Amino acid sequence: MNRLLATKAGSNAYRLRIPWRPFSNDAACPNAGNPETGSEAQQYDIAIVGGGMVGLAFACSLASKPLTKHLNVAIVDSNPALGRKHFIKKDDLPDPRVSTITPASISFLKDIGAWQFVEQHRHAYFDKMQVWDYTGLSYAKYNARDADKEVLGCVVENKVLLSSLLSHVQDMDMLKKIYPSRLSSMSILPNSSSSEVGSTLSMTALFTHGRLAKLELEDGNSLYAKLVVGADGGKSRVRELAGIRTTGWNYTQNAIICTVEHALENHCAWQRFLPSSPLALLPIGDKFSNIVWTMTPEESSEYKSMTEDNFLKAVNHALDYGYGPHPTSSILGSSDLFSWFKGGISSSTSDCFEVPPKAVKLASERMAFPLSLRHANDYASKRIALIGDAAHTVHPLAGQGVNLGFGDASSLSSVISEGIAVGTDIGEVSLLKKYEADRKPANVTMMAVLDGFQKAYSVDFGPLNILRAAAFHGAHHISPLKKSIISYASGELRLPLFA
Amino acid sequence: MASSKLLSQPRWHRLLRRNLPNARLFSGLPTQHPGSVPEPQNHGEPKSKNKFKTASSTPSSLKEAELAKFAAISDTWWDSEGPFKPLHNMNPTRLAFIRSTLCRHFRKDPLSARPFEGLRIIDVGCGGGILSEPLARMGAIVTGIDAVEKNIRIARLHANMDPTTSNIEYCCTTAEKLVDEQRKFDAVIALEVIEHVADSAEFCKSLSALTAHEGATVVSTLNRSMRSYAAAIVAAEYLLHWLPKGTHQWSSFLTPEELTMILKRASINVKEMAGFVFNPITGRWSLSDDISVNYIAFGTKETNNEE
Repeated sequence: MNRLLATKAGSNAYRLRIPWRPFSNDAACPNAGNPETGSEAQQYDIAIVGGGMVGLAFACSLASKPLTKHLNVAIVDSNPALGRKHFIKKDDLPDPRVSTITPASISFLKDIGAWQFVEQHRHAYFDKMQVWDYTGLSYAKYNARDADKEVLGCVVENKVLLSSLLSHVQDMDMLKKIYPSRLSSMSILPNSSSSEVGSTLSMTALFTHGRLAKLELEDGNSLYAKLVVGADGGKSRVRELAGIRTTGWNYTQNAIICTVEHALENHCAWQRFLPSSPLALLPIGDKFSNIVWTMTPEESSEYKSMTEDNFLKAVNHALDYGYGPHPTSSILGSSDLFSWFKGGISSSTSDCFEVPPKAVKLASERMAFPLSLRHANDYASKRIALIGDAAHTVHPLAGQGVNLGFGDASSLSSVISEGIAVGTDIGEVSLLKKYEADRKPANVTMMAVLDGFQKAYSVDFGPLNILRAAAFHGAHHISPLKKSIISYASGELRLPLFA
Repeated sequence: MASSKLLSQPRWHRLLRRNLPNARLFSGLPTQHPGSVPEPQNHGEPKSKNKFKTASSTPSSLKEAELAKFAAISDTWWDSEGPFKPLHNMNPTRLAFIRSTLCRHFRKDPLSARPFEGLRIIDVGCGGGILSEPLARMGAIVTGIDAVEKNIRIARLHANMDPTTSNIEYCCTTAEKLVDEQRKFDAVIALEVIEHVADSAEFCKSLSALTAHEGATVVSTLNRSMRSYAAAIVAAEYLLHWLPKGTHQWSSFLTPEELTMILKRASINVKEMAGFVFNPITGRWSLSDDISVNYIAFGTKETNNEE
């Protein structure tokens, strides 16, 4: 009886042009629902696929809101570390995978209660930043005090963030279960009606009528959820199974990351734009710094395989006199040129150029990975929402990637909370589109800005170099502009120049 | 009221004919009023509450094939991108007002996910159940009534799909009939109904009779003002075609003062009032103090009069 109705509904669906999307790899039968052999499939309100920094931050955010903390959540991730409570030791050598957390993200993490755990491990606040390029024509120094802030950001190792978020999630009351496996297939059927009357519709019947999504995992488990949140990274399986297309391109660049040690502590973030691309030196605490060096794939394999000493020499050279002279601010005239524009003196305007501290020792292995820009065309469809890198991947040159992801997590949990307040079904597209409308413009703007930077700094052309130098100079000396830039990079939602 | 004016064929009908050529249109059911056919509206739910019409409330014996066709078209009512899109857009805003006023009145925790637990609420003129379902998800024991049989069937089919809403009691009946049955509810909600009834004062008396001791009544409608003429009649019906022409009679709109007065005569004191405004840029409705077009009123039953 059910099958008859369901297939009729299905055939009517074609005539009514309601989208029919079987997602699973197997042929989707409308009435898939005989109980599987093996463990019982369970039903959850939200299934978070991907237990990385953004996925766990989303779970913590749900647990910290009064309207969502009663939800039943499943986290699907095959990382074995998620099964343990604390998986880092305090005297571990720093991992080269780090993230720069902006003040806006810091306050989000404080709100959800996870930041206290981060502060117990290695982390580094920095309040100064120096940016210059290889032509030696100019430089810009930023100080948090210019924008009346205490810090410009905090650099934290990814494993520290992950462990903090995980221990916080495990501490919280929210019902949750971690599935240590990978997603193999996902099905969501279109809405159809049931002729059954009564409140005991089984999970399989609900799934058949489009009220639940069905997830099948590689270890044979299945689960049902009202909403599937894809937080599974740049190569998102959820996004692929949902058929959401992306726009983007691969940069012909790889990034090399590693950790180096200095003789003294470093409290400043350094970034030099070289002919191929930026080299960044970020403090991570305890006299260690993290290096992110973007270059062509051939160069990256060369630098990865050279000896440690040679690599250190190359790094120090690149940060010092390599490729070009030290900048002095007098090349483009003195700061009097801009004195009429200054809205109050910023203290860092008078700071001189400094040479970054020398790297004394290599403290980790060198890792290389390719860079790309990718943006999902939609962040949400029926019963699916994408957050973090699954929705957008950016160039690491301004350290914004995971911060955009935290912004997504915060926004989606607010939208879900508001939806529950007015009794909405959390898998409804209209609700999820509100999240998309909130985050898409901000993310796209940031991506455009970063991409613009990446392109502007990859060309070595005389007049363009002078233009870039003028831009640096302007940013350094025009205080309101500097303040706007710092605010924007810190995660407050305003574009520079439009303050 | 609009008894002499034949409504143009609603878009709902045209959609149906195009896609299901063999469907038996249920307008074949005996009805006295042209206005009883469900219409897609943006400012209200599709129904007509002429109390002189006797609706057939006995369920007809539908064949399974008919049920299947019904199952297929119920999505149109509930298709949030379809003809009822403006209503779906307005819904969260109405619910926000209802949630805040009822939580305050019944002293329920506004931070709870199911604040209406234990409250009996009736949705008068429920249509396809767009308001009833969220109320049920918020924990209430919901009864939905509508004078149009079709709507009740659609509402029942859709509510059965979700275990949290499948307990909603849907009846094809009128408020007056329920008064005769001496039913009582903690909260009586009649949104976008009163502008379609023949005698609004009598209708309010029925709403009041359904309200239990120290209960709440929520009514929403359109204001009779120049702005509402421009927005709801000219813009919505003639320019934007959100509603079929003739859906609303401007002369039967009630001003907030009139509504307050007839509710007072029915022993309901209006305690709060708010307006809905539509932002054409974001496409969103929001609550505001501007009651010149759409407005919603919350009132409580006076306790000094015995009903």
